[in-house]
Amino acid sequence: MAIPDRKTDIGPPHYEKHLPPIVKKNYGKWAYHEIPEPGVLLHVAESGDKLYSVRAASPRLLAITTIRNFADLADKYCDGYLRFTSRNNVEFLLTDQKKIEPLKKELADLGFPVGGMGNAISNIVHTQGWVHCHSSATDASGVVKSIMDELYPHFVDMKLPAKLRIAFACCLNMCGAVHCSDIAVLGVHTRPPRIDHADVPKVCEVPTLVASCPTGAIRPATVNDKPSIEIEDEQCMYCGNCYTVCPAVKINNAKTDGISIWVGGKVSNARHEPMFSKLAVPFLPNNPPRWPEVVSAVKNIVEVYAKNARKHERMGEWIERIGWPRFFKLTDIPFTRYHIDDFTHAGETFKRSAQLKH
Amino acid sequence: MTKKKTPATPLLDELEKGPWPSFIKEIKKEADRPMVQDLLGVLERSYEEHIGHWKHGGLVGVMGYGGGVIGRYSDLQEEFPEVAEFHTYRVNQPAAWFYTSKALREICDIWDEHGSGLTNMHGSTGDIIFLGSKTEALEPVFKKLTEKGWDLGGSGSDMRTPSCCVGPARCEWACYDTLNACYDVTQNYQDELHRPAFPYKFKFKFAGCPNDCVASVARSDMSVIGTWKDDIQVDQAKVQEYAKAGVDIQKEVCDLCPSDCMSWDGKTLDIDNGECVKCMHCINVLSKALKPGKERGATILIGAKAPIIGGALLSAVFVPFLEMEPPYEDIKELAEAIWDFWGEHGKNRERVGEFIQRVGLGTFLDQIGLDPVPEMISHPRANPYIFFQDEVVEGAQ
Repeated sequence: MAIPDRKTDIGPPHYEKHLPPIVKKNYGKWAYHEIPEPGVLLHVAESGDKLYSVRAASPRLLAITTIRNFADLADKYCDGYLRFTSRNNVEFLLTDQKKIEPLKKELADLGFPVGGMGNAISNIVHTQGWVHCHSSATDASGVVKSIMDELYPHFVDMKLPAKLRIAFACCLNMCGAVHCSDIAVLGVHTRPPRIDHADVPKVCEVPTLVASCPTGAIRPATVNDKPSIEIEDEQCMYCGNCYTVCPAVKINNAKTDGISIWVGGKVSNARHEPMFSKLAVPFLPNNPPRWPEVVSAVKNIVEVYAKNARKHERMGEWIERIGWPRFFKLTDIPFTRYHIDDFTHAGETFKRSAQLKH
Repeated sequence: MTKKKTPATPLLDELEKGPWPSFIKEIKKEADRPMVQDLLGVLERSYEEHIGHWKHGGLVGVMGYGGGVIGRYSDLQEEFPEVAEFHTYRVNQPAAWFYTSKALREICDIWDEHGSGLTNMHGSTGDIIFLGSKTEALEPVFKKLTEKGWDLGGSGSDMRTPSCCVGPARCEWACYDTLNACYDVTQNYQDELHRPAFPYKFKFKFAGCPNDCVASVARSDMSVIGTWKDDIQVDQAKVQEYAKAGVDIQKEVCDLCPSDCMSWDGKTLDIDNGECVKCMHCINVLSKALKPGKERGATILIGAKAPIIGGALLSAVFVPFLEMEPPYEDIKELAEAIWDFWGEHGKNRERVGEFIQRVGLGTFLDQIGLDPVPEMISHPRANPYIFFQDEVVEGAQ
């Protein structure tokens, strides 16, 4: 067979090809930045050059029609350059302040509001959900859309005590790595997987499947004279790792999959060290297309935080100051046995002092 | 190709309403394609039934690569044949996600011709995601991408596509050139990126300062976080301007300093720099007046991951301070030492952070040739079950 003419291992294009001239000129020589209005960043270079970045919301799932629209806007307002952020916002890079308003208007006409800066809620980082994922316990884009429709004022304003980062993952694999967010919304499975014994020998390797279980709940077994497995239900924590290595062990369940909410994580080192999000709401039902229970639970947490936290205090810093008992009281979220860790190192999370508020 | 009719999607249509950009509107923008019509059909079914309809698995990809394409199949193939195969490409993004409009149009044209016309800008690890391709389109798309200077990113048990913050391109706080480091490492390890040979995935993320805008401490096996060693640069006149403009320097800056290393007498902000832990808070609040020091580099932390399998981890300090100059030999040496040991002894689907917990950080450091330093821990062990090595105790056999 002839080897076709093809290039491999060329890697991504060099970033310099994609940098606007003002960025190339002032690369590494920026003096400071400020936020003159919500959704607009002003970076001032040591040279005195000014760069305005207009940040627009994005559903992350973008049609090429929209990307072409963005390219047209970049040509019209930014000499043909734009960028995306680590939270999937799109940013238009302007040198002419007068072009900000017309650009914002065109973005609004296309349905892309400007905001997500400073003490605000930025884009929700999220996963694929039912649009594309095999192990999702819920949809991603639909829940995110429903939450952000409700929290929209906090995207276009900057009235929160500090920035508030929401992330969404549709199962514990957490492609969105939501585990260090101010509010993490996480799809959960709540029952052990169902085994399709006819398919196991066809599509899975039993030893790999047994080894995949972090709690040792899976054992080899012979079912109907064919190699398969059995699951010790009490040991299963519904992580779905077995499903990822063997599609015949089905973790998805229309009746029992749902959504949990976690709070108080952060990745920045500012003030408090980075920390994990902790469980606030163990389970809410999957209720498409608008997930009202989830939306209202998230909104409640945001509102209570906005009302009670001090300036610059992130969600986790606020909760650490007031204590978890008060968090549950203020938010009126029921505290249950599910909030108490029972996995490895669970004991480190028990309160072992008499320092309590009464 | 017969043009199918867009299916009725009453549940999805609900998600076209409201002020936030709608992914359903996005999908419908490409709904003249039969594949997208079937995608809407499958998705509406999921909304009716509360369950996903995608199957993973099946080895698909482009010739010579083990990563970069994620195989995906519908479990409703007879009803929705156009999405029976619905694979995704990961296309390696340019560092810090800057694009010319010309490049964006080139990418769109390729995807217009061969796929669903739907993308993610971007995927969680940072790649451009082409969402929904038939197997037969994989090679042609790859060829067209590479002709235009693009390549695929990572997937599976390989080095995943590195990503970085906006860095010196547009941020005064960048303590090293995150774009250059990201590009250099990506180019240097093309084989590791495209041909899975590790126990599991390995991610790099390059953050220019401790604000960590790419969440490297939570999301990467090797987190490279910019920092500095010397004194914070202070413009006292500008600090006073902030005070005059209404910023309560004592309350908003000094009182929130985690190491209590600042004082303010109404005129001068005094910083005991030896006590500063480089958290960025004061610099964030007083952006015109304060800047990171001049002796800049990065802290290298290892081992972050999401919960699957053994629980979520944040990265842990390995090298408190490293100068970050091209060609980044120290970073590469450290990464390769880690890959050697973990590659040899790591279990299937065991991230390096989990591996370190299993073998012990002490053993891990011995094996990769790094000396223990107190910056690596939050406190020394409190339990007395110490595994002494023979040479530590005089007289031991």
